[in-house]
Amino acid sequence: MSSTVLDPTGELRPDTRERVPRPESLNGLTVGLLDISKARGNIFLDRIEERLDGLGVKVKRFIKPTFAKPAPVDLRHEIAASCDAVIEALAD
Amino acid sequence: MDRGGVRGDRYLMAGALWHSVEMSQPSDSIQRPPLPDGLVAVVKEDCPTCVLIVPVLADLAERSSITVITQDNPAFPSIDEWVVHDDDLALSWHHDIITVPTLLEVVDGVPTRRIEGWSREEWQSFTGIDDLGPDIADWRPGCGSLSVDPNRTDELAVRFSGSTLTSRRVEIAALEDEWEAMWDRGWSDGLPVVPPTEARVLRMLEGTSRDPDEMVAVAPPDLVECTVEKVAVNAVMAGCRPEYLPVVLAAVEAACTEEFNMHGLLATTMPSGPILIVNGPIRREIDMNSGINVLGPGNRANSTIGRALQLVIRNVGGGKPGGIDRATHGGPAKLGLCFPEDEEGSPWESLAESRGFSADISTVTLFPGQGPRILVDQISRSPESLTKHLAAGLMGNVSPRLALMFETVLVLGPEHMSRYHDAGWTRERFLDALTAELTIDADTIIRGAGGIEEGMPEFLAGETLAKFPPGGIHVVHAGSGAGLFSMTFGGWVSGGTGSVTVTKEITP
Repeated sequence: MSSTVLDPTGELRPDTRERVPRPESLNGLTVGLLDISKARGNIFLDRIEERLDGLGVKVKRFIKPTFAKPAPVDLRHEIAASCDAVIEALAD
Repeated sequence: MDRGGVRGDRYLMAGALWHSVEMSQPSDSIQRPPLPDGLVAVVKEDCPTCVLIVPVLADLAERSSITVITQDNPAFPSIDEWVVHDDDLALSWHHDIITVPTLLEVVDGVPTRRIEGWSREEWQSFTGIDDLGPDIADWRPGCGSLSVDPNRTDELAVRFSGSTLTSRRVEIAALEDEWEAMWDRGWSDGLPVVPPTEARVLRMLEGTSRDPDEMVAVAPPDLVECTVEKVAVNAVMAGCRPEYLPVVLAAVEAACTEEFNMHGLLATTMPSGPILIVNGPIRREIDMNSGINVLGPGNRANSTIGRALQLVIRNVGGGKPGGIDRATHGGPAKLGLCFPEDEEGSPWESLAESRGFSADISTVTLFPGQGPRILVDQISRSPESLTKHLAAGLMGNVSPRLALMFETVLVLGPEHMSRYHDAGWTRERFLDALTAELTIDADTIIRGAGGIEEGMPEFLAGETLAKFPPGGIHVVHAGSGAGLFSMTFGGWVSGGTGSVTVTKEITP
């Protein structure tokens, strides 16, 4: 005999959001560099910035208030509104 | 839910005494099948009192008008048009028949008055008819109604109340193993889970007065609105008994607060999770263990309440190891870690009292922490010596090179507590002395000091640092009476940038 149980989950699959297609070139684009506030993430991003500068790419720097919490919605919006691509750095 | 957790109790009580109850119109929205108007008696053959009053029922049918509703044998008390068989017990269930015989006056399908058991005087007064049952005893108590038989209530609850549950039904095929099926769906933390059938979930919901559709919290990481029903489903799976549900509900509320930051605690690479500490009368009411092996296995409430919270985060919130949970090693707090304080054996105020709750209130405190670690001291006889040694042990929490960032729970064992009790130390004196011992010359732990690159930033050189932030030592008394040990839980990032310890009152 079959049995019936109740679904213990939230019963929602989070809406899958399509990523913006990966740019073929960084020419003329603005790239955001997001430091999550973990030790030495800035060292890594400084180097990335140097490399991007060398390619003539415009760079904007951002920093999360704490690596322990998700980025505030305002910060996410600012990055999305002002950048064409973002590099989020984690270092440990 | 108007079907409280008292049905079994009512069954045991039924028949002890007959009594008259003035009925009010039901105000809830449950669709009740109407009873026939007029005089109605509910009986079952398997009740000596019902058998005794068969002549009275026949007499009433002849001299007045009565409908007899029989619960078991459709031919009892006779095969007549005034006898109705309540074969699925729907009439008895929906009209709250507790005892048989019950005599009802019904208007517009709804009982307006009722008496239970047999009393000639009461039945004559109720019906206005004299000389009822002149040849039988004056009174007899009734028996329990089949609709409140503990062996049937689960099935009846599902049949008549199951529609109040809104969770998606998942059918498991006859040839499927239930445990394997639930594992395959990703609902388990790796241990077996109890299948959350409708009957079990309804029984779990009897543990709270809250409605199944009431929202408890928004569960991270997927930010799903989590209802009492969803908590009950996961509490069933974790192995909880219904009386634990209020603790689980309070724990879910506490975990999902902004301050506790369950999302961050789940996602961190550190091995931390919510550690649940229960205070107040409910510890004893649900038979929690605060003594021998308090942080280990063996007690159902200790073992399942924390697990239920974690299953809510996993299943409702969607937080799973390898997904949002990025723990490098993980630890027991991620499976579920819950224990009560031994308040009765402690000379000091409890953890909850120290956090502003009175002793007669039940609470659950959530601390963001790791697995426990022992602090051995079998030699110290003075409180001063023991305090220095405990402090030395606490210096190692998380890392001996890091200070001010992490709090701790210190579980004093009874034999260590007796050192302070015997010397007349109060909680305040202990904490002052311990805090004084937990200061560090920053020069010894700044980066590079002693040839170790990890440590506090160089700008703190010359400072004196506290190991723990102010209020960051949470003292609890628990453990067995043998063993000169205490235990410490290391913390996770404390305060606004991480997680703040949260205490919630447990309500019915």
